[in-house]
Amino acid sequence: MPTTLTIEDVERIARLANLELTQDEKQLFTKQLADILAYAEQVQGIDTTGVEATAHVNAHAVDRPDEPRPSLEVSEAVANAPDAAPQAGLFRVPRVI
Amino acid sequence: MTAFATAREIRDAIVTGEASAVEFTRAALARIDQTNPTLNAFNHVVAERAIARATLIDQQRAAGATLGPLAGVPVALKDNLCVKGVRTTASSKILDTFHPPYSATVVDKLESAGAVIVGKTNCDEFAMGSSNENSAYGPVRNPWASDRTPGGSSGGSAAAVAAQCVPVALGSDTGGSIRQPASFCGVVGLKPTYGRVSRYGLLAFASSLDQIGPFTRTVGDAAVALSALSGRDPMDSTSSSEAVPDFAAALTGNIRGVRVGVPRAFVAEGVDDTVRRAFDAALAVLRDAGATLVDVELPHARYAIPVYYLICTAEASSNLARYDGVKYGHRAATTRDDTLTTMYSRTRDEGFGAEVKRRIMLGTYVLSAGYYDAFYLKALQVRTLLRQDYARALELADVIVMPTSPTPPFRLGEKTDDPLQMYLADIFTVSVNLAGLPGVSIPCGFTDGGDRLPLGFQVIGRMFDEATMLRVADAHERATPWAKSVAPV
Repeated sequence: MPTTLTIEDVERIARLANLELTQDEKQLFTKQLADILAYAEQVQGIDTTGVEATAHVNAHAVDRPDEPRPSLEVSEAVANAPDAAPQAGLFRVPRVI
Repeated sequence: MTAFATAREIRDAIVTGEASAVEFTRAALARIDQTNPTLNAFNHVVAERAIARATLIDQQRAAGATLGPLAGVPVALKDNLCVKGVRTTASSKILDTFHPPYSATVVDKLESAGAVIVGKTNCDEFAMGSSNENSAYGPVRNPWASDRTPGGSSGGSAAAVAAQCVPVALGSDTGGSIRQPASFCGVVGLKPTYGRVSRYGLLAFASSLDQIGPFTRTVGDAAVALSALSGRDPMDSTSSSEAVPDFAAALTGNIRGVRVGVPRAFVAEGVDDTVRRAFDAALAVLRDAGATLVDVELPHARYAIPVYYLICTAEASSNLARYDGVKYGHRAATTRDDTLTTMYSRTRDEGFGAEVKRRIMLGTYVLSAGYYDAFYLKALQVRTLLRQDYARALELADVIVMPTSPTPPFRLGEKTDDPLQMYLADIFTVSVNLAGLPGVSIPCGFTDGGDRLPLGFQVIGRMFDEATMLRVADAHERATPWAKSVAPV
């Protein structure tokens, strides 16, 4: 499956990734991502029939009980926000509707 | 005494009263001031905080308290490690003003061991890069040659240790970001087993690969630092409850009969001649010290670069979704007519540098419908084959050795126009992260000729067997002059 990449593909991925790319960036990434993906295609020739996927290498279970525990104060959580309403303990964002 | 001493010498001098923690801290701060205009290794220095901590250590000594294993030792932190109230940027514009409300577990552990944090080091943005040229605060220069990169992504930490600003600096290693800059700067760089050190408070890049570890000038200091950093942490569910040995006690100097695996077929491909000669010399040193060299095969290691870049970008695209201009960091200017989505997208375009955007794009692509099976899932399956290669090789051998980088430190600007060429520089380091194994890069000589650039090789151990790995590295260090070489900065 040879990978071809168009500027429309790059625009679609940028939308999925919430990145507002400039026209120059779109053109640059169309070429660079195509080069990288063409190189990465070599993995598709490896026989992986019946091979499990390794998403992580933990030998132990990583579950924990879902119990409330102390965490950040609201005032600390909003302290770094570019636009917060600290008294109300809220983040302010542009209109949604 | 000055900051030029090792961590163990500094601690001993403070315990015996030969010098104070404040003196060592002042010496480190002065050395940073002296070298930073050239090297750009530090993003910011926390002089007042450091002097206050050092004063506390001196007071503890005066009061007769037992001092920790890193008492009074000046330490630098890669700027992707959170320190409560101390600016932490990951060398990204998007976090330019971020002051974390909590500290990383490694920071608490260092400070309970008595270490004095002096500053935050420059790195590639969000630890994405192999040359430190992807920093929003400018590149770091190599202390051995100012036209060369210090490697990356933890270039500032490597340069800070090589330039003798500090005896210990922490970095993070997702695909070689501790070991490769250690090799380029002629110092020791240790990536622990995945799960050995808590990642809580490390700004995440690729969570199944990231590990925090130390840079030092000696293997002994790396062992002391690793013991201080390791252990189970309830705040990181992937941290291991495996017992933490006294790693320094494992450095006996005796490697008689230790089986050192050499993946000759893998190493034969695309290695610079000068790197090969230094690596062969390192093998001879280990053999002369009593180790048995055995040939091992890693048939899937040649696929490590594509597998790594498919997996790490997928994880990065997810981890970096949190930078949206709402909770912290930069937010793009908007008008009344702009929507929330426009604010997100514009903020991320303004805040992220080119390499970070490239990786988010690549990761989003390989996780998207129609490409997931062909790229992402396939990479996870080859990761399994690669782990099996290492498991088999580590039945025949106690450790595996290979060069850390296929080339000596390259020139600033040499690879910046071609991301794929930059990725290929990671060929010997990324497979270790994919397999979750520990690896340590140590110096093994210099390039011939006038420029005298550092070269390194890495020792790779079994899961949670850093002790044997460090014993082999230490035996090499004892038999060679490299740890005593001083960068001419």
